[in-house]
Amino acid sequence: MEPFKKHSGVATLLDLPNVDTDQIIPKQFLKRIERTGFGQFLFYDWRFIDGKKPNAEFEMNADRYRGATILVTRANFGCGSSREHAPWALLDYGFRCILAPSFADIFYNNCFKNGILPARLSESQVEMIFERVRRTPGYQLTVDLEKKKITSDDGLEFTFELDDFRRHCLLGGLDDIGLTLQYENKIRAYEASHREISPAPAGRNSL
Amino acid sequence: MKPKTMFEKIWAAHVVHEEAGRPALLYIDRHLVHEVTSPQAFEGLRLAGRRVRRPELTFATMDHNVPTTDRSRPIEDVISAKQIETLVQNCSEFGVALFDLNSPDQGIVHVIGPELGLTLPGLTLVCGDSHTSTHGAFGALAFGIGTSEVEHVLATQCLLQDKPKTFLIEVTGRRPYGIEAKDIILSIIGRIGTDGGAGSVVEYAGETILQLSMEERMTICNMSIEGGARAGMIAPDEKTFDYLRGRRYAPADFDAAVARWEQLPTDAGARFDRGLTIDAALLAPQVTWGTNPGQVVSINARVPNPSEFSDPNARKAAERALDYMGLTAGTAMTDIPIDRVFIGSCTNSRIEDLRRVARFVKGRRVASTVYAMVVPGSQPVKKQAEAEGLDRIFIEAGFDWRESGCSMCLGMNPDILKPGERCASTSNRNFEGRQGKGGRTHLVSPIMAAAAAVEGRFVDVRQYELKERQ
Repeated sequence: MEPFKKHSGVATLLDLPNVDTDQIIPKQFLKRIERTGFGQFLFYDWRFIDGKKPNAEFEMNADRYRGATILVTRANFGCGSSREHAPWALLDYGFRCILAPSFADIFYNNCFKNGILPARLSESQVEMIFERVRRTPGYQLTVDLEKKKITSDDGLEFTFELDDFRRHCLLGGLDDIGLTLQYENKIRAYEASHREISPAPAGRNSL
Repeated sequence: MKPKTMFEKIWAAHVVHEEAGRPALLYIDRHLVHEVTSPQAFEGLRLAGRRVRRPELTFATMDHNVPTTDRSRPIEDVISAKQIETLVQNCSEFGVALFDLNSPDQGIVHVIGPELGLTLPGLTLVCGDSHTSTHGAFGALAFGIGTSEVEHVLATQCLLQDKPKTFLIEVTGRRPYGIEAKDIILSIIGRIGTDGGAGSVVEYAGETILQLSMEERMTICNMSIEGGARAGMIAPDEKTFDYLRGRRYAPADFDAAVARWEQLPTDAGARFDRGLTIDAALLAPQVTWGTNPGQVVSINARVPNPSEFSDPNARKAAERALDYMGLTAGTAMTDIPIDRVFIGSCTNSRIEDLRRVARFVKGRRVASTVYAMVVPGSQPVKKQAEAEGLDRIFIEAGFDWRESGCSMCLGMNPDILKPGERCASTSNRNFEGRQGKGGRTHLVSPIMAAAAAVEGRFVDVRQYELKERQ
């Protein structure tokens, strides 16, 4: 996983609350067995008319947002299905950071496994970014994970909250499984002492 | 000792390691796997040279992407076929039990877990699917995870988890005729919103919940995620034990297990972070009008006017939803005609759901303007329904009777709506395009879907009460 330390990029807007993962990546693209190549299908039914022509009414399609790497959106982004194809599609499209007042739990977790920073801001801070992005074509933001700060050239400066563990993992691009395997002795001890609480299914006890 | 909630007891019993400033390392007792969210996880194991740590706690089936037509024919969609074949290979390579398309136990992962007795009180259970919350109906801590977490559980049998908050939803009052578990959960979501349960594990309690059957409890817990909750759970009781007794993977020393399970329910005086009380006696049958499960009204209400919403984002979302759904504010819900009916999904495809639908449609006919299908949740459900003659009742009434799978709940297989088609669906999500691009989904209970199939439009099922009593 690519570490996330400090990132500057063009911000783009998705002005809707409760954007669900079915919109982020529609189900017909979940049949693939790879982790890559999902960016072309991101927001597919919104971005394209009949699957080909870019939809001019979809704000993100405007030229001024070309090459955007920061997505600014509304509350409860990523609700619905647990499909990790959603962050895979966002990352593959180019997004490294998503700013919103809130995120759905599973989606939020999934982002951190893929080097994407979902940062929570207040409704009014998000509104302020919306206004500035709309006012200034090519509006850029800088996201500093070390300092937990979001800044812009025109003087905007917001801090966001993030627990130290997630921040540490994202900064280092750390692999969760590797971290957990450092506790192998503890896992083994748990398994030995909790056979009654955590029984294997009848007939399948191989410990 | 400080009184504890059921969630806190299960959580505490599964913490492998805990230290300040880190999420807890939580042990996972059961891992259910399906074809859509697992291939990249197995590939990750392969690339890192890892094995499945506890294959005997891991069970797989194929449900999301499978056709519901004749199983003797090959799968036509080559990409679907490859995904299904990949699961077969992965399970064989890593030693995971698989209930494949030809298995008499194949079905929707959240239907077969309980059927096989894999879902038990007091366990932690995960699956790469958000509706894993279903299994909480048995007093398990069960939640959906992403593919990276699937890989994590395969490799370590553990998950790194922040401790969620607790949310008690008490349902009291006697359910009137026509009010189903689906109506209870839809009205809860309507009240708390699709993010109302975010960061929380919900425990459903109260006299009305105690009176529900296991199938109905699964319907409630299933849709916890639609209210944004991490998980939903219901305390195990005699009904839970009776359901599980004799199931294939249920504990051999069942009585000893029951004695342990009896310790699980929330202690008197335990504190929850949040609470809500619902009076079931006041509920009417629910129908969604919009494009998320929180956009729901009673059947005797009208399509809301976006101007009624004070929050500007909610107003905008309502305008957009009405446009997508092709609805006009002020229209009576009972004036909305439908084209399709889908009875199925991990929310409402169990034998009791099918029995209630059959009882209603027996001697009635699906309207000539409607195409209606029944998709049983699993092969055992299908077999049981056929043994009871329910399939004949459905077919005679004009329903299509299918093989088991997720089907049109998410439309990954060929069962989809055409653009503009309007569907009364017993599933769990009415998102844009969920059942097919341009398709318009209204979430309802099985009995409401059955009545809509017969009348060709939404109807208030309470009107049948007198007729049925005569």
